[in-house]
Amino acid sequence: MMIGAPDMALPRMNNLSFWILPFAFAILVSTLFMEGGGPNFGWTFYAPLSTTFAPDSVNYFIFAVHIMGASSIMGSINIIATIMNMRAPGMTYMKMPLFVWTWLITAFLLVAVMPVLAGAVTMMLMDINFGTSFFNAAGGGDPVLFQHVFWFFGHPEVYIIILPAFGVVSQIIPTFSRKPLFGYSSMVYATAAIAFLSFVVWAHHMFTVGMPIAGELYFMYATMLIAVPTGVKVFNWITTMYRGALTFETPMLFSIAFVILFTFGGFTGLMLSVAAADIQYHDTYFVVAHFHYVMVAGAVFSGTAAVYYWLPKWCGKMYNETMGKIQFWIAFIAFNITFMPQHFLGLAGMPRRYADYGLQFADWNMVSSIGAFMYGGAQLLFLFNVVRTITHGQPVSDAKVWEGAEGLEWLVATPAPYHTFIKPPVMSVGGEGPEWRVDAPAPAMAFKMAPEAG
Amino acid sequence: MSSEGNYYVPEQSKLPIFCATAMGLMAFGAASWVIEGGDAKIFLVGLALMTVVMYKWWSLVIDENMQGLVSPQLKHSYVLGMLWFIFSEVMFFAAFFGALFYVRVLVNAWIGGEAAVALFDSTPTAAAAANNEILWPGYERQWPVMQTPDQAVNGDSAMFKGPDRSMSLPLWEYPVSQWLSKLYTLLPWLPLWNTVILLTSSFTVHLAHTGLKEGKRDVFLRYLGITVMLGFLFLCLQVAEYYEAYAHYGLTLKSGIYGTTFFMLTGFHGAHVTLGTAMLLIQFIRGLKGQFSSDDHFGFEAASWYWHFVDVVWLGLFLVVYIFG
Ligand code: HEM
Ligand SMILES: [Cu+2]
Repeated sequence: MMIGAPDMALPRMNNLSFWILPFAFAILVSTLFMEGGGPNFGWTFYAPLSTTFAPDSVNYFIFAVHIMGASSIMGSINIIATIMNMRAPGMTYMKMPLFVWTWLITAFLLVAVMPVLAGAVTMMLMDINFGTSFFNAAGGGDPVLFQHVFWFFGHPEVYIIILPAFGVVSQIIPTFSRKPLFGYSSMVYATAAIAFLSFVVWAHHMFTVGMPIAGELYFMYATMLIAVPTGVKVFNWITTMYRGALTFETPMLFSIAFVILFTFGGFTGLMLSVAAADIQYHDTYFVVAHFHYVMVAGAVFSGTAAVYYWLPKWCGKMYNETMGKIQFWIAFIAFNITFMPQHFLGLAGMPRRYADYGLQFADWNMVSSIGAFMYGGAQLLFLFNVVRTITHGQPVSDAKVWEGAEGLEWLVATPAPYHTFIKPPVMSVGGEGPEWRVDAPAPAMAFKMAPEAG
Repeated sequence: MSSEGNYYVPEQSKLPIFCATAMGLMAFGAASWVIEGGDAKIFLVGLALMTVVMYKWWSLVIDENMQGLVSPQLKHSYVLGMLWFIFSEVMFFAAFFGALFYVRVLVNAWIGGEAAVALFDSTPTAAAAANNEILWPGYERQWPVMQTPDQAVNGDSAMFKGPDRSMSLPLWEYPVSQWLSKLYTLLPWLPLWNTVILLTSSFTVHLAHTGLKEGKRDVFLRYLGITVMLGFLFLCLQVAEYYEAYAHYGLTLKSGIYGTTFFMLTGFHGAHVTLGTAMLLIQFIRGLKGQFSSDDHFGFEAASWYWHFVDVVWLGLFLVVYIFG
């Protein structure tokens, strides 16, 4: 909708990549009930834990990853094709909304790294069942090879998670600052730079496996480089707000919190990237704290912001602003209560991935648990607010729900009609920036129609 | 970018959900199959469903095209889809080539007690040597790995036993001065023939394409037919090669990292040749039915791009697995 297209470029393939997911999920869930238990080797599934010492259910895990990978690749190819091929006339690449840009780059990352993950699990499959020795030094292979292949996928994967979040925030902050985004083109280039760098820094997850010093140094400096484009983004968000006519609706609150907390997580990332220091931090709660700051504050906060921001457009009803704000403050405070202490625990040496811990760590863990329950409460409130909006929300009929919002999605009727653009919108250049004219699209249909889209 | 005019939005369809069901059954079935004592029943059910779905799906797409429902814009989407799909395949092979490189250049040196690349590898010599003495005493850096670390330590009771012969260039067995006189040893060397076959087939598929663009149906069909046959021949030779390896070279999936990388790289390539040949065969049948015109033949173009890609991968394999194997 943001580029003026009726649907994805390849709608049936889109549908397929969606329907694969429930099957893959069902396969994974079924492993929990199997003899020998479900996969028990963590999300990084290092060999030989996931090969020599794995339960039989690992085979189901492997094939589930395969079809999920196929789903991701098809979905991403579709996104790329849609963005490259379905933009409305006049919408050049450098006029696309930033959210669209971040998705384009994210999809590219997915197409590039999902096959590598598929390769990794295929190697596992062969090692487990057909006697190959990729990850077995006895045959001349190396368990560390697994880590290289995995993190070649794994590091870009964390950017796959965060880039769309960058995009969301880059849409919301200008709206509520009532100013165009500061440094649009530098945002685009920074995103591309981050994506490129994400391919060449993977071994910063492996500082302790015994790489040669040259490797440690290279991966350390390369990782630190990522801080530069990331810094550009943070600077641009802040500058967009500077002297803007700010208002603080819920999506904006979440976006500002995103900027603050993500920056914080970026700094701890920078600490971890110092190879010599990471030997101390690695596999401690410090790492856990780092990635929750970037992932929860990054992906979850921006996701929440996105839902509040576009919900009125989706269903034509307004959420409860007070409840949203209450949820924000609980979430923000609880998040910090939960994860801030984990920095201290990690620095004091508490290892991650153990169910139990030394008594000296008990106090901060207690604080962290209290925060976690509060945070959970905030999420329930969120769910309640969304459901209630759909059932009892105040109807809104303005095309432009937010006063400062720019972009095609705010020009069509609210809620957006099914297959929004039967004809591509037309751009007339005039005044500041592009102006779009939408030729009366299909009459708005009842909300009930929307779920069938796709 | 879109042009003005209406978009084409296809009818709602149930095919995707059947396709996903088939994939789910195949994945679950394959896992149950590889587990000891398992069988292939569920997998086969999935496969059967998948075959039906694929047939229906492609027929639908072809029908839509014949009815002129496919706008130039949608065609361009198909082009983009195919190109990015090939890119994802490139990345898949990259993972295996990367694994080969890592094991061969780095790991092999380290467990053999040496520095990998003297200039960059700052592992102190003493530490490297200790690596070897403590972990795999007696193992020497070598490629192809004919004697695995396992064998170096455990002798005949080793689980991974290296092969008796490798697949690499036969000339390596002789000093340079004798190469000219030993050139004939290359004659029975299958990989060389396979290279010739694939390169030729890439050329013939190109000739078929030019023929089609010029509207010469007979040229198109002739060269496409030859290409399919060459693909098939390649596969036959590869089967012969695998048979040799297992029967006479002692080279199997289980013979350490050399066998592992050899079979996985050439095996995945072979699987792609199979797929490519099948794609071209379908295009050949469509050609017989006269479904292509000189300016509208994307199905064929996509298959031929895929074929060129498979060819390029082979060149890489030929270099790193066979010549410098
Ligand atoms: C300035 C940017 C960043 C830097 C320099 C950085 C650096 C690092 C380093 C060095 C580690 C390894 C720590 C260790 O295991 O010892 C790490 C772990 C991690 N990072 Fe980041 N990071 C950054 C941004 C991000 C972002 C944006 C995300 C995701 C949204 C992320 C997610 C993670 C995750 C999930 C882990 C833990 C992986 C695991 O072992 O399970 N990081 N980071
Ligand atoms: Cu990373």
